[in-house]
Amino acid sequence: MTVIVDYGAGNLFSLKSSLHMIGAEAVVSSDPSDILAADRVILPGVGAFGDAAELLRRGGLDRAVTEKALSGGYILGICLGMQLLFDRSFEDGVHNGLGLIPGDVVPIKPRLPSGYKVPHIGWNSLEFPSTRSPLFASLNSGEYVYFVHSFFADCDSAFISARTDYGIPLTAAVERGNVMGCQFHPEKSGKAGLRILKAFCDMRS
Amino acid sequence: MITKRIIPCLDVKNGRVVKGMNFTGLNDVSDPAELARKYSSAGADELVFYDITATHEGRKLFTDVLCAVASTVFIPLTVGGGINSTDDFDRVLKCGADKVSVNSGAIKDPSIISAAAKKYGSQCVVLSVDAKRVDGRYTVFSSGGRINTGMDALDWIKRGAASGAGEIVLNSIDTDGVKKGFDLEMLAAVCDTVDIPVIASGGAGSIGDFVTLFREVPGVDAGLAASVFHYGEIEIDNLKSALADSGIAVRRQTNV
Repeated sequence: MTVIVDYGAGNLFSLKSSLHMIGAEAVVSSDPSDILAADRVILPGVGAFGDAAELLRRGGLDRAVTEKALSGGYILGICLGMQLLFDRSFEDGVHNGLGLIPGDVVPIKPRLPSGYKVPHIGWNSLEFPSTRSPLFASLNSGEYVYFVHSFFADCDSAFISARTDYGIPLTAAVERGNVMGCQFHPEKSGKAGLRILKAFCDMRS
Repeated sequence: MITKRIIPCLDVKNGRVVKGMNFTGLNDVSDPAELARKYSSAGADELVFYDITATHEGRKLFTDVLCAVASTVFIPLTVGGGINSTDDFDRVLKCGADKVSVNSGAIKDPSIISAAAKKYGSQCVVLSVDAKRVDGRYTVFSSGGRINTGMDALDWIKRGAASGAGEIVLNSIDTDGVKKGFDLEMLAAVCDTVDIPVIASGGAGSIGDFVTLFREVPGVDAGLAASVFHYGEIEIDNLKSALADSGIAVRRQTNV
């Protein structure tokens, strides 16, 4: 069973529909006990980092997700959900994340060459390191996925499982053992995105 | 590398897709969910749905259609038409929309842009502008292009971006429905005015018009059109091949 964490940050309709489309058993829940009982947990998220982190804490969901991760459960953060996996974010102040992956979430804008717009919106291609994450086993190098973000994860390259080129290399996906995250939206990335979600939902501990 | 986006636009009235010529003379074209699936598998990068009904029943039909589309189509969906409050944002975001476009609603009450950007993030807020040359000035029109607001389009767009809009759709009334190409001059002016993504709308008649658009105005991020796609005058996969052959970066789908 895959649990989609509902903590009030972002709309889950498409994510739920996409998991239904690939035949995965999934429920949407805001109950920490469901998260602890799940085989896999998806942490979605749209909006501001500070608000989302606060919403997670308010429901005790931060502890449940952390406990699940530390006990070896598979976690997939999507977009803001991926950013929440890191130590902290510099979006509108400084806010603490879950600290499951070491690193900071920082604004893209100051790093970009001129002519590149923020938000980074649209379809961009993925490049993978030589050791391919099982999440991307069925993808070709250069496959396109849909991004929409203004901040990105600045972390040790050991944790980067995919990059995209936007004038500079941007972190597109991260992985630390059983804890994974995509900056792009697999549920909005057509067939390529569905294959990524299928790979995640097929993971067995 | 980031790609240029091709966006079919579906005007929806009473649960069906329609397209006007210069905003009048509507013809029923097809079922929205069916068209959406067709476009998605052909390689459309995004879809825009404009709700052009005014009645409560029409609104309900529209959100039903939207839910049906979002259940089977997994590319970004933008919704516009009749968006006057953050409640309207809520109503369509719950049905799987990713972005919401405001036009006349923002002209009536510009604070909707900042309120929605604060609540849902700038990436969610698209400012759609219908503009036309009046006495040599780009001028904003509201209510589907019928009412001259007297506002300068470039000023309005600059203000919208500063208030938190994450993208601009520029629809040139001068070129809309004429099918002789996008309004390159107006688009270039808009791209010089803001540093958020700009989507070109109005005037696409051929594949060559898209090639010209992205070549001549490199700041434009996406091209939007309706009738040329609905009537099969341009097939999206052919369009993408032609763009790629012209050295313009587009998303190609692989089948594994």
